[in-house]
Amino acid sequence: MARALNAALRDSMAADRSVHVLGEDVGALGGVFRVTDGLTAEFGEDRCTDTPLAEAGILGSAIGMCLYGARPVVEMQFDAFAHPAFEQLVGHAAKMRNRTRGAVSLPLTVRVPYGGGIGGVEHHSDSSEAYYTHTPGLHVVTPATVDDAYGLLRQAIASDDPVVFLEPKRLYWGKQPFRRTLDVPPIGRAVVRRPGRDAVLITYGPSLEVCLETAEAAEPLGLDVAVLDLRSLVPLDDETICEVVRRTGRAVVVHEATGFGGVGAEIAARITERCFHQLEAPVLRVTGFDIPYPPPKLESHHLPSVDRVLDALARLQWDGRPGGVSLAGA
Amino acid sequence: MTLTEDTALVRPDATALLPGNDPVRVLGTPAAADLDPEDLLRLYRELVLGRRYNEQATALVKQGRLAVYPSSTGQEACQVAAALALSTQDWLFPTYRDTLSVVLRGVDPVQTLTLLRGDWHTGYDPHATRVAPLCTPLATHLPHAVGLAHAARVAGDDVVAMALVGDGGTSEGDFHEALNFAGVWGAPVVFLVQNNGYAISVPLAKQTAAPTLAHKAVGYGVRGVLVDGNDAPAMLGVLTEAVDRARDGGGPTLVEALTYRVDAHTNADDATRYRSTAEVEAWRERDPLDRLERHLRETGRLDTGTIEEARAAAERMAADLRTRMHVEPAVAPLGLFDHVYAEPTPQLLEQREFLLAELSDDVEGNCPP
Ligand SMILES: Cc1ncc(C[n+]2csc(CCOP(=O)(O)OP(=O)(O)O)c2C)c(N)n1
Repeated sequence: MARALNAALRDSMAADRSVHVLGEDVGALGGVFRVTDGLTAEFGEDRCTDTPLAEAGILGSAIGMCLYGARPVVEMQFDAFAHPAFEQLVGHAAKMRNRTRGAVSLPLTVRVPYGGGIGGVEHHSDSSEAYYTHTPGLHVVTPATVDDAYGLLRQAIASDDPVVFLEPKRLYWGKQPFRRTLDVPPIGRAVVRRPGRDAVLITYGPSLEVCLETAEAAEPLGLDVAVLDLRSLVPLDDETICEVVRRTGRAVVVHEATGFGGVGAEIAARITERCFHQLEAPVLRVTGFDIPYPPPKLESHHLPSVDRVLDALARLQWDGRPGGVSLAGA
Repeated sequence: MTLTEDTALVRPDATALLPGNDPVRVLGTPAAADLDPEDLLRLYRELVLGRRYNEQATALVKQGRLAVYPSSTGQEACQVAAALALSTQDWLFPTYRDTLSVVLRGVDPVQTLTLLRGDWHTGYDPHATRVAPLCTPLATHLPHAVGLAHAARVAGDDVVAMALVGDGGTSEGDFHEALNFAGVWGAPVVFLVQNNGYAISVPLAKQTAAPTLAHKAVGYGVRGVLVDGNDAPAMLGVLTEAVDRARDGGGPTLVEALTYRVDAHTNADDATRYRSTAEVEAWRERDPLDRLERHLRETGRLDTGTIEEARAAAERMAADLRTRMHVEPAVAPLGLFDHVYAEPTPQLLEQREFLLAELSDDVEGNCPP
């Protein structure tokens, strides 16, 4: 996925001179995940800039650059290291349009590598999406495929609102070929990655793979499970979510961030509000535990696994189902 | 009295706070003749041990025994001096790169490396060791050091805090806020900036336009000192003086040590992308261990017996570390819930039950709860 993101940055910079990349180690090193590889060489240090090591400074300066017409793309090195920039993001980036009654827009993209599963020590595996989604004024987007990595990042950069662009760390190293096209569904649309009639797994970013594997594992058990990739948490595609839930009657939301007060809770609530009468079972969640992200040797116990998602599927009150399925052993 | 006159009274004299233009050096200067030979031999033994520790930890990464290791090879004089300058009751606030200082403060090396091995976030008890957890989010521990030192002073206790930070970390807001608080409170704290030239790939010139990092002290009413970080006796002298001054009520000091990160940022880093081997080789010429060894030889203070003894002690430490790190630690998954709060929430108890059931179902049964 790093390659697709790199291509998206390169093509955005080539297409629009106002696009600037700023961050720690984004120059000669090409970023610690190589997402900005070669950009300084190609566009010069004024377009792809190694900044001093200060996240609040990076984001704050990017806001100032926006005021002068630039379209900055900021790289936060790791999710937890974006926290020093929280005030700039929540207090300024998110509110500028609103407090100026629309006079000032901030076409700012904040790229944040997030999530775990990479054996990272403390502070290298956080999933903070709920802080961002809880902040009105920010778009929150997260690709799960290489095509989306390319297409969504280009859309994010073109957006006139600040976008927090969450990149699932564990997908960086994948080498799948990607389509260099803007022709992916727009930010705000969810995509059904796998059709299915019996239940739907609703997910995003790093957990898509687990859900697809689960759906496959459920097939021999007689269950036809759909998988919905949200792609964008803000705006959220209520329409597609409800459409799939109404069709299947059963839903599980899966993400690796802690569950309490998380994105899954929001989705479950919205489904209940909109699709109550079509639901055959309560909406369940499979999430990380409500604990600080574990050390590498224990992270596998924290992350949603195929077994845990299967277990949730099995608890979706199948007894009353005409023709019934037996998930014993699932 | 006017406001200006009044505030002028409490303003310290800026020149007294300014660092010198040249870093403090001892080796190769006349001052070297006055050094206590016993102090020098102690520094020598610790540097030999420190170098061996860095080599062993680096090897443990290659053997898959550590998840990651940020090496302090080349920076051992800073690491050793930071540990030796403190008294038993003092506190150390280290970063991820300062495990050698932590070990030399007396913390068990295996416990020190727990974070980097990946079995828990902190392997030692900060209260028992008077060493704060290894800090990864840059500069965020500096205000903690100031707060601890301040609280100790208010309580009337004789405690100094030594806080370590890299050159890159001095760009973070927390660094500046910590210095300001330290200055205002006159806290007994010593900030040691190990300026090793790079913050991962970013060279100092892109980090700051200041004449030196030590100059940053002055704006906060803190004394700045610039020192040759590869000159072990100079390091020990400067830090000891700063700690003593803090202890005697003389307030905080910011020490900038000029040194070099000989290895890559961590094993995961490719340093060839941003610096030349010629540059690294030039710094190897200024290696802190070699420089002290040369001085000791030239002054006739180093005999084969001392060298062999120092190396043997280092080997014993390395062998012990190796053996103990090759034992796979038992990490209990249920421990994930034990220390989120003093009392677990009902939700955590529920989640603990869930994991327990899952572990009991585990057919392989290879997960100790
Ligand atoms: C707040 C924060 N931002 C980014 C990082 C990622 N990071 C880890 S080490 C490092 C470079 C630090 O350089 P420096 O302070 O000079 O210390 P050194 O590693 O050279 O000892 C960076 C950017 C971090 N740990 N914390």
